[in-house]
Amino acid sequence: MSVSLSSAEQAILEGSDGEGSALAMRIVVALGEVLGAENLLPISGAHVDGCLFVGQASLDFAERLVMAGARVSVPTTLNISSLDLLHPELFRGADATAASARQLMVAYEALGCTPTWTCAPYQLANRPTFGDHVAWGESNAIVFANSVLGARTNRYGDLIDICAAVTGRVPNAGLHRTELRRGQAVFDVAGLPERLLEEDILFPLLGLHVGAATGDQVPVVVGLPGADEDQLKAFGASAATSGSVGLFHAVGITPEAPDLATALHGRPAEGRSEVTLADLRRARDQINGSPDAVLGAVSVGTPHYSLRQIEELVRLLAGRSVHESVRFYMSTGRDTLSEAEAAGWVSQLEANGVQPVADTCTYVTPIIDGAAGTVMTDSAKWAYYAPGNIGVAVAFGSVADCVESAVTGRMVFDGSLWDG
Amino acid sequence: MGERPVVVAGAVSGLALVLDEPLSLWGGLDPVTGTIIDQHHPQTGQSVTGKVLVLPSGRGSSGGSSVLAESVRAGVGPAAVILAVPDPILVVGGVVLAELYPDQAIPIVVADPSTFADLRTGATVSIDENGRISGS
Repeated sequence: MSVSLSSAEQAILEGSDGEGSALAMRIVVALGEVLGAENLLPISGAHVDGCLFVGQASLDFAERLVMAGARVSVPTTLNISSLDLLHPELFRGADATAASARQLMVAYEALGCTPTWTCAPYQLANRPTFGDHVAWGESNAIVFANSVLGARTNRYGDLIDICAAVTGRVPNAGLHRTELRRGQAVFDVAGLPERLLEEDILFPLLGLHVGAATGDQVPVVVGLPGADEDQLKAFGASAATSGSVGLFHAVGITPEAPDLATALHGRPAEGRSEVTLADLRRARDQINGSPDAVLGAVSVGTPHYSLRQIEELVRLLAGRSVHESVRFYMSTGRDTLSEAEAAGWVSQLEANGVQPVADTCTYVTPIIDGAAGTVMTDSAKWAYYAPGNIGVAVAFGSVADCVESAVTGRMVFDGSLWDG
Repeated sequence: MGERPVVVAGAVSGLALVLDEPLSLWGGLDPVTGTIIDQHHPQTGQSVTGKVLVLPSGRGSSGGSSVLAESVRAGVGPAAVILAVPDPILVVGGVVLAELYPDQAIPIVVADPSTFADLRTGATVSIDENGRISGS
């Protein structure tokens, strides 16, 4: 055993809190040993990704924990599931799959997790603050927690996330350690056209480029004039799709990067590159697979839309209607959806022809109708995964492009950003 | 690097499938068929079933542990996994697999760089109980 355990941790391992906690501790310790951790760290919260049904093994593990009496020991939120419990009629898959997916959701609630069912837990009322150690699953949430909030989490996945939540412990390794949060690969965007630097569509594409180019290093972006949380969310989600990015720094924007030297912990960078318009065009062309095809549906809200993004969609669709040949889906968390309902936005969007989706996401479960045509999205992550996951052809554009296309019934892109 | 970290011990031999690029198992491997479904991966369409899967590292979405465990439970998973770096998602998938279905556990080992560099797709690779990797 290379991981040194406190007497309380050793007792849990030996079954003092029951077999469920012991099983969870065995897995946390096994990971700690592989990572070379000297000890375990206490965490203040967890976000669990394992509630998405991927097969019998995911259900067997959750139910094993339930049967063995495990309960989470820290506040724990839940990621998306395979079902939209608020709009159950949208599910187009097999009944048996829906039943297993529901059973998995019940098991995670039985373990004491809060049924938030969102991939954007950083949009919930209580979120970690700077320096908090947490155990978060879901790659876009992980990168947001580390980079934007300055909380500390490794790239936890399904299964280990619930083990950390039950034990309240994680291996003292990786991004929990200050020295491993140092920026390594610098990406300079100052040479990009000024107008593009102000646009939302820059961020998912820049994320795709940086994620693919940086591998598992910590990237540092310099030269951005500014970025709001939705833009940083899109950047991180993309970078964690094309690469293994769990933390990035954006100089002058994110909390551990007031300036470049601080982001690099005062040492020289391992790599430095200028991001060009050609890099971003290449990223766009990689995911904009079928820009000339027949439009079947539009899907926005991956990661789950924030209240501000819903408001923007309301503004873009005001006085207009989605074309009768197009289905339009907007995914968000149930908490955000209820805030949007209170503002009157949901009924407005429904009247415009938008179908809200909560608790899940349209690329992980069969929901989309009209998929005989191409599906257009404003999410690089959605565009990347949907062809493999749900077998659709995809196109990628800004949310304004998506709305324009949905209204006219044919794909429209604002190409002017990409000239020059 | 004298050490060979053994995540899950076991002896097996099989044909190697060396991935040219990192793969996110979630969204990248179909746990029902054992086929690589990441359309952006150079080896999309290939089957991992019964292979000694050799990965430079994981990538992308964090939901891959269940996919590894489920593919092996369903009988379409790899026979073993050899990693260049100890990717937490694959490590946990292998450890949970061994906890849930001990009879179906597969060896998961981290190779030292020179051994890793010598692994070739299609070659027979053996792993022993101590994590020693040998080709034929």
